[in-house]
Amino acid sequence: MRTTYKLKKGLNIPLKGYAAMCSYLNETGTLYEIKPTDFHHITPKLLVREGDAVLAGSPVFCDKSYPQMVCTSPVSGTISSIVRKEKRRLAGIRIVPDNKEEKVTFAVVSPESLDQEKIKELLLASGCWMWITRRPYGTPARPTEQPLHIYISCFDTAPLAPNYDYAFADEEEALKMGLRVMERLCPGRVHLGLSDKTSVHSVFRRLTARKHIFSGPHPAGNPGVQIHHVCPAGKDRVVWTLTPLGLTVIGRLFLYGTYDTTRQVAVTGPALEKTGYVTCQAGTAIASFTQFPRKQGVEIRAISGNPLTGDSVGEEGFLGFHHQQVTFLSEGYHRELLGWARPLRFHRFSAARTYLTFLSPLLGKTAQFNLDTNTNGGQRAFVITRDYQKVVPMDIFVSLLVKAALAKNVEKMENLGIYEVLPEDLALCEFICPSKIEIQDTLKQGIELMIKEMQ
Amino acid sequence: MRRPRNIKFPEKILQKIKPVFIQGGRLSFLQSTFEAFESFLLVPGRVTKKGSHIRDCNDLKRVMIVVVVALIPSLLFGMYNTGWQHYTAMGTQAAQVDFFRVFWYGFLKVLPLLIVSYGVGLGIEFAIAQIRRQEVNEGYLVTGMLIPLIVPVTIPLWMLAVAVAFAVLIGKEIFGGTGMNIWNPALLARAFLFFSYPGYMTGDTIWVDGVSGATPLAQLAEATTPLAQVTNTLTQAAESTSWLGRMAESVGLTEVFSHITEVFASLSQAGTIPGLPSWTDMFLGFVPGSVGETSVLCILLGAAILLFTGVASWKVMLSCVAGASLMALAGNIPIHYHLVMGGFTFGCVFMATDPVTGPQTETGKWIFGFLIGLLTILIRLFNPGYPEGMMLAVLLMNTFAPLIDHAVVAANVRRRKKRIAAHG
Repeated sequence: MRTTYKLKKGLNIPLKGYAAMCSYLNETGTLYEIKPTDFHHITPKLLVREGDAVLAGSPVFCDKSYPQMVCTSPVSGTISSIVRKEKRRLAGIRIVPDNKEEKVTFAVVSPESLDQEKIKELLLASGCWMWITRRPYGTPARPTEQPLHIYISCFDTAPLAPNYDYAFADEEEALKMGLRVMERLCPGRVHLGLSDKTSVHSVFRRLTARKHIFSGPHPAGNPGVQIHHVCPAGKDRVVWTLTPLGLTVIGRLFLYGTYDTTRQVAVTGPALEKTGYVTCQAGTAIASFTQFPRKQGVEIRAISGNPLTGDSVGEEGFLGFHHQQVTFLSEGYHRELLGWARPLRFHRFSAARTYLTFLSPLLGKTAQFNLDTNTNGGQRAFVITRDYQKVVPMDIFVSLLVKAALAKNVEKMENLGIYEVLPEDLALCEFICPSKIEIQDTLKQGIELMIKEMQ
Repeated sequence: MRRPRNIKFPEKILQKIKPVFIQGGRLSFLQSTFEAFESFLLVPGRVTKKGSHIRDCNDLKRVMIVVVVALIPSLLFGMYNTGWQHYTAMGTQAAQVDFFRVFWYGFLKVLPLLIVSYGVGLGIEFAIAQIRRQEVNEGYLVTGMLIPLIVPVTIPLWMLAVAVAFAVLIGKEIFGGTGMNIWNPALLARAFLFFSYPGYMTGDTIWVDGVSGATPLAQLAEATTPLAQVTNTLTQAAESTSWLGRMAESVGLTEVFSHITEVFASLSQAGTIPGLPSWTDMFLGFVPGSVGETSVLCILLGAAILLFTGVASWKVMLSCVAGASLMALAGNIPIHYHLVMGGFTFGCVFMATDPVTGPQTETGKWIFGFLIGLLTILIRLFNPGYPEGMMLAVLLMNTFAPLIDHAVVAANVRRRKKRIAAHG
């Protein structure tokens, strides 16, 4: 079954620095880090100590409320240190690899020969379970619940996002196996979201599930947006989402009996001299991406993820668990004389028409912009709230929802659709906001409050 | 990234004097003021900390400055018209006087209004920002420009100062500043003047600035706004036929309508309305009135800027005109006269579209604008005491904007529940 959705609202930010279609092999890294903070709204419980030896697939931490949910190491080696932040909050588990690539082996079985419980057990034990995200709230899926639908968005529209057709070209087998597993978990209700731009030769076209075609600018690729149109999540309507990467990791478990987080990461951004893809594991050190020279003479921010929702990890940081993109931006410490009053600022991008940047391409100026991390203005109260709606292709009143989250009004949040959105779905609102309000953070706090109140 | 030019000089100076203003410095009580001027001069070098790492270069300063730019045609024409009215009232054909002399006269009359409005308003804003230890908000850039444009040029400056203080303190800061206010601050200033000093705000004699010295206004009893003229006629008619008395006897609306129709039927002759300036004059703005409201042409120029840049909502403007057109059917003044008379267009373009005090929902905007248009004409037609309906209509609808939103949101919540239920 195929259905088409034409989304009009949204915005593709014309950022410079898309990854060139050229893959490099990451030389074996010297340090990896697993960050419990990559999983939202869980309380991690450490399962290893400094000096412990781990294999690829050995558990390193679990969730306090569901101890069977473990996160496993992507590489074999020794735990070198445990990173803690304020209030001793567990922030990272660092592993020095032994470069032997020893792996915990799980039984190689066909998913059709196992019942749901057995599949769940295998996914939980191998750490593959952590790849399944649940909506509402965007937390890892809970082992005790049965989802209404499973949804996989097969394209990413975020700024400088990796081209999935390219990144997964060699993963057909794993993707197909992953889908078979999902089909066992939620028979007949596994959905794939494809872009109208997904190539006809794309591996995703050859997968079999309920397919939905989406067209339109970012955030059309966000699973949240697609679910909103296909199978909305709600208070009692749990929908599981996976990234294609999660699907491959699960597929590999059933194909080869190992936990393998290998992925193609798009190394992107206007602060790089050269961009491309690199093959590496979860938790790889950013510093090991030496194939991509940084621009000289500017301070650089290294982001794991895309520029809208990623985490600023720094050059000494590590690739996030789910991330398939690293972005390098220059820090915007510069100060522009009367910048806000200049009639034209061709080198800065604005989606609003108050700066005539939309004229840029017409006048032969750049159509792609070198955005930096400057806030371009101070934080203010909500004033222009109408523009948010233009970048959210969902039937949700963004400003009212965010205000409800600010006011910590649970009932209002519920009515205004907090179950259907994650911060990433409203990231563009934050980007365009002339009042520079931190919408994603506000929404995250709102979601945290919802989880607490609904327990 | 292209390095912005000329950055060294002001940045150096600011860095040098900054320690005096930050906490512990000698002038630390001016910290907010210093920061306001600093960020005015140089875009802050602040970088994103949470959430999205990149941000649009559009900020509130830019939005506000666009509105100010959109107001400039009205302001300039307002200055010229002040001079024009002055010379006309003196009996000189303004057209015979040098253009620059006419403009200069008006410029000197309007400039003090601007200075008082910005001086008092920004002074209060800076002081409050300092007390709250916040950045100064740029909302007043627009309000400070709007207020001089919606008062008669003859307003005593102290009154303007009091009104501005009222609008900023009671209208805005009490609620938490720009973005939190319930009513449009500029209109609140006008309403304050209107009800506190009605003698200076309504009537026949206040709209044209007088010659000078002892007899400024008395000579100008002839000069009246178009609206005041209509009102006068209406009032006279009402008196002569004890129209109000009859209404008090709880007559049906239809009768009131028919009576109004009678009054205007006597006024209206083949397209022009006697007692009123010509439509063209009113459209171009060569009539007495508040400084910025007279020239519909200049206001439309401003509207074009607002709509092109997307700062104001075309939905509010359109529905406002639609509402007015519908209501105008009840009277005998055709809609195209209503649109060019008094503050209708100015209010419709610059007041009703205020994003803070209007509804947050798009459907709400249609309703909001429509009711503003409708109420404005309703007040004009049926309340001879207040010839200018725009101000009261906008303020009233500001009050109801949250209610409109509430209804729209409730409908949205129901619709979403239904949609989710339909997905099974």
